[in-house]
Amino acid sequence: MEKKYMNPYLAGFFLGLVLLATIFVTGRGLGASGAIKSIVVATVDGVAPTHAESSPFYASYVGPGKESPLKAWLVFEVIGVLIGAFISGLISNRLKVVTEAGPKVKTRLRWLFAFGGGALFGIGAQFARGCTSGAALSGMAVLSTAGFVTMMAIFGTGYAVAWFLRKLWI
Amino acid sequence: MGPFVPEFISEQLNLIVALVLGLGFGFVLEQAGFSSSRKLAGVFYGYDFTVLRVFFTAAVTAMSGTILLGYFGLLDLEAIYINPTWLWPAVIGGVIMGVGFVLGGYCPGTSICAMAIGKVDAMFFVGGGIVGVFFFGELYPLYQTFYESSALGPITVFNSLGISAGLFALVLIVVAVGAFAVTTLIERKTSSTAPSISFKKLPHRIAGVSTIVLGMVLVALPNRKDHLIGTVSSPAYLAQNPVSMMEPDELAFRILDKEPNILIVDIRSAEDFKNLRLPGSNNIQTAGFFAKEQVPLFSQRHVKKVIVGATESDEQAACLLLHELGYENTAILKGAFPQIKATILDKAEYAPTGSRWDADVREFRATAHLEINKMILAEQNVVPKAPKAGKKIAGGC
Repeated sequence: MEKKYMNPYLAGFFLGLVLLATIFVTGRGLGASGAIKSIVVATVDGVAPTHAESSPFYASYVGPGKESPLKAWLVFEVIGVLIGAFISGLISNRLKVVTEAGPKVKTRLRWLFAFGGGALFGIGAQFARGCTSGAALSGMAVLSTAGFVTMMAIFGTGYAVAWFLRKLWI
Repeated sequence: MGPFVPEFISEQLNLIVALVLGLGFGFVLEQAGFSSSRKLAGVFYGYDFTVLRVFFTAAVTAMSGTILLGYFGLLDLEAIYINPTWLWPAVIGGVIMGVGFVLGGYCPGTSICAMAIGKVDAMFFVGGGIVGVFFFGELYPLYQTFYESSALGPITVFNSLGISAGLFALVLIVVAVGAFAVTTLIERKTSSTAPSISFKKLPHRIAGVSTIVLGMVLVALPNRKDHLIGTVSSPAYLAQNPVSMMEPDELAFRILDKEPNILIVDIRSAEDFKNLRLPGSNNIQTAGFFAKEQVPLFSQRHVKKVIVGATESDEQAACLLLHELGYENTAILKGAFPQIKATILDKAEYAPTGSRWDADVREFRATAHLEINKMILAEQNVVPKAPKAGKKIAGGC
């Protein structure tokens, strides 16, 4: 039997403590999209090193004498996220290969929209220098203006477009 | 004092720290239900406000904790990474991500959690994220100018709004608690299976009220730096707390003797310091005493910290601030900089005091005048060491 989710306020409090510990120990916040970027940069550099070194986007991360982009803080943090979420799913009986979709959405369509949503997040997170975790949540914790601007833009837009996309979820 | 990177935690160890912190991050996100896209999307349709509750509680907790750690001097707020602002790219990036959130039902962090417990849609989301970043990278020259535009640096939201950090924290807490109450009402009307139906009223009310009280405490906290500097500079405090003094002749003697166990802290303005300073002195203004980088310098107990300032009361306040910050073995220069300048640096006619040491003092000052001025000249000819470019903490996504 699947266990119930934790009380959201309690979970938020614990999440806040993890973030606070991160800031206190390392001086920086948590993130997620940065690891995805590292994977992309490492792949492009592995497949086409000359292209990577000549492109203004990749050039600052790769090149002679630079550490592999995969040896980055966020890559290790995200490996931790994978393990932590897996342990949580294991003890709460939630490990299951399944596609989750709104009641009127077929599996294939859900995959397509999930892929599209991921792609938009990948692009948006580059402009905003971070996603919901790295820019919005971590930015808000250190009272950065960017954190609040990004948070309001993400959720404001979410509400603005939710009605048009309601068939996906309700 | 935190943060412990890069001084106490090496680059390698920091990666292990990242793994452990990530583990906690992933565990809590999954326990909160962030591994379910339907639950996440609920925030936009009113049937499940878990995202709002977890996200804002976490933001309030981490923000209040950061402010409190800074206030108690446990965390150097100037050393932590403040996400820099590129205003319009942040807005446009947020808009693109907002559409992606509703379409995909995840954000990157939550998709990684969901992927870990086997959600296939989350795997597609992560795949889409990889393609999205690649797409952005390949077309980068098209919007590079926009990407780098409206760079405002690491600005803080309370400065942008012109209020104190504490007041902003209170406003955010009140807005968050208000939003929790309102959205719970909406959620119960929208869905008969809403998570909030099982909430017990009393503990939630107590938590809400105590958070607002915490916000009020944050407003009432004075800025620690201003507060401490204000306290130690008040004339009454200075009168009650005498500090040990060092005669200019003694300091001159120790300089000539090249005594290693002495640290001359010149608190005068950078400009005065540049114009004329004692050999081997360090220019650290009083407000700079709080920085983490000064800890190793000031905390050497066997080294006497001699404060040199424009006036004795400046020196005394700075010295008392060192005591407040927990440093010991201090002294101030008697008569401040002007007196040592008059008696040693400038050639002054020695006025005999009638003491039996008159001849010795006259001779010492004459030697000191020559030698110390030679040392000052020698120091001027040396190219000043560039201030150590302290490894700046990198962050962000």
